[in-house]
Amino acid sequence: MDNPIIRVRQLTKKYGDFTAVDQLDLDIETGEIFGLLGPNGAGKSTTILMLLGLSEPTSGEIEVCDTDPVRSPIAVKRLVGYLPDNIGFYEGWTALENLVLTAQLNGISYTEAKQRSLSLLEKVSLQDVANKKVGKFSRGMRQRLGLADSLIKDPKVLILDEPTLGLDPMGVKDFTSLILRLSREEKLTVLLSSHQLYQVQQICDRVGLFIKGKLVADGPIQNLATHLFQDKPRHIQLKVHQTDTQRARDILEAMQDVKTIEQQNDQFYIDADEIIVHHLAKKLVEHDINITQLQQRTYGIEDIYAHYFEGGSTNDAK
Amino acid sequence: MMLNKNNNLYAFSILVKKEIADHIRSWKFIILLAIILLTCIASLYTSLQELKNTAPAPNDPDAAFFFLKIFTTSDGTMPSFHLFVGFLGPLLGICLGFDAVNSEFNGRTLGRILSQPIHRDYFLNAKFIGALIVIGTLFVSLILLTIGAATLLVGFPPTFMECNRLFLFTLLTIVYVAFWLNLSILFSVRFKHTATSALVAIAIWLFFTVFYPIIINIVAKAVQPNPYASEAEIMHYQHFMLTLMRFAPSQLYSDGTNMLLMPSIRSLGPLHMEQLQGAIPSPLPIWESIKVAWSQMVALIACTIVCFAASYYFFMRKEIRC
Repeated sequence: MDNPIIRVRQLTKKYGDFTAVDQLDLDIETGEIFGLLGPNGAGKSTTILMLLGLSEPTSGEIEVCDTDPVRSPIAVKRLVGYLPDNIGFYEGWTALENLVLTAQLNGISYTEAKQRSLSLLEKVSLQDVANKKVGKFSRGMRQRLGLADSLIKDPKVLILDEPTLGLDPMGVKDFTSLILRLSREEKLTVLLSSHQLYQVQQICDRVGLFIKGKLVADGPIQNLATHLFQDKPRHIQLKVHQTDTQRARDILEAMQDVKTIEQQNDQFYIDADEIIVHHLAKKLVEHDINITQLQQRTYGIEDIYAHYFEGGSTNDAK
Repeated sequence: MMLNKNNNLYAFSILVKKEIADHIRSWKFIILLAIILLTCIASLYTSLQELKNTAPAPNDPDAAFFFLKIFTTSDGTMPSFHLFVGFLGPLLGICLGFDAVNSEFNGRTLGRILSQPIHRDYFLNAKFIGALIVIGTLFVSLILLTIGAATLLVGFPPTFMECNRLFLFTLLTIVYVAFWLNLSILFSVRFKHTATSALVAIAIWLFFTVFYPIIINIVAKAVQPNPYASEAEIMHYQHFMLTLMRFAPSQLYSDGTNMLLMPSIRSLGPLHMEQLQGAIPSPLPIWESIKVAWSQMVALIACTIVCFAASYYFFMRKEIRC
């Protein structure tokens, strides 16, 4: 299959004056795990609801499994499993009953629904509490039950909205590895949204950064950092032996590529345009300066996080 | 395509089943059911006692309709069955509908159900149909049980005419409760909190049962014609008052049930002496009775449909997002 399984073109959703999703273009290939990352209110959930045909786009085109969810939402909903953030179950019903209901709504007969529910409950290791009321479930159990619920229709695409929200670190690890395992086993395409970058980066083949309704960047997470920060100056940290500080400073000031130098006793923080670390090291060695530490700071996931998720809004305001 | 259609029907029946199961398992319904059963048994018991002690007078045109009298007679200590139903029916409808949509919205089950391959309106339709089936079953069995018990007590079965009238009475009762059901479903779509929708629905019910008659009385006093006014003026006044009263759904219901259960009633409004002259005090045929209260029944059905249409409209445009 050459066609991407999810194809979004120029998708826009407006609530009055507020633009929740702004001319979004997105392609997701069959079988990949795509992470839609972005801070709260970036329009992730809105996008997901539109993919499912549960919300109508203001303009733009969507195709999920070669079907338009605006025109034939039912066909799409048949193929797409959806785990909303904060999934709700009928509290007074047992886990099994809740799953059987969903299965039956997908047109599966009672006996088959029950069979399928039990095997899925086993997959998410809830088989021991199958006949317990959901009202007594913990957050992690609910989330796993939700995963079983979205898998019961045997979907081609699985859409998970903030699946790790409110889980403890161990729970997140368990849950993400469960998603990874299931998606590899069933050859599922998974689209998951999250604002918790650290927690989902391990399992995503590709991520898209979603800020204020726009896709800022997408690609494998390692490429993302280089792509996002290619225009930024390089930071270099240098620490020399105390006796050599003055000489080191002279050398640094003499170098052309160096833009700014900040000094704290024997520590230097250098901003430079090009990569000059090896160049600098060579020079320092030539001048017989004792280097205790020389480090070029690379931009990684932490910086994406700091830049877009924590300070994202203030950056945009400038 | 055929398979598709069957699948849709199957999913819809699953939703309806779920609704019915939810209702009959819920405490609010069980409590209300107990109240309705107790009051109805009490009122039927007193009416049967009364009918046993005082045989109908030979000149009573309703004497032939013994089974209808069970539902309308009372010995004065308890209101009769149809008055009780007129009073408690709305409460039943409100109880079944006030949290139909917003509780699922708040419990976030709405999104889960709607992300399954079903049409969006199935959800609301199932809410309505499910509650309607519960109401229908309740009243049909209540009335059938009463007829059965009465047959055992008196030793003769109801006539065909009586059965027809009782059937229509049951239908009218279901429509009346369905009206309140739809009104409360409408509020449950519009208001986010279940408490708000319940209170608004109960407030409207209270308004029509308690305050509306008071307001009518005040208006009546204000527009009352001089006792020496012409006959035409008095007629006009009475028609005006009746029109005002019929804005209350409970009035529409009681007009309809009165016509159905008391075949000797000829008109719901005032009659001229000339109109009564020469009339034989005999019961009306069923079709004639229906004709007298036709507009009231149609109004009640129309109110029900309008409420449902409004909730349908608002539900289809509702954002599922919490």
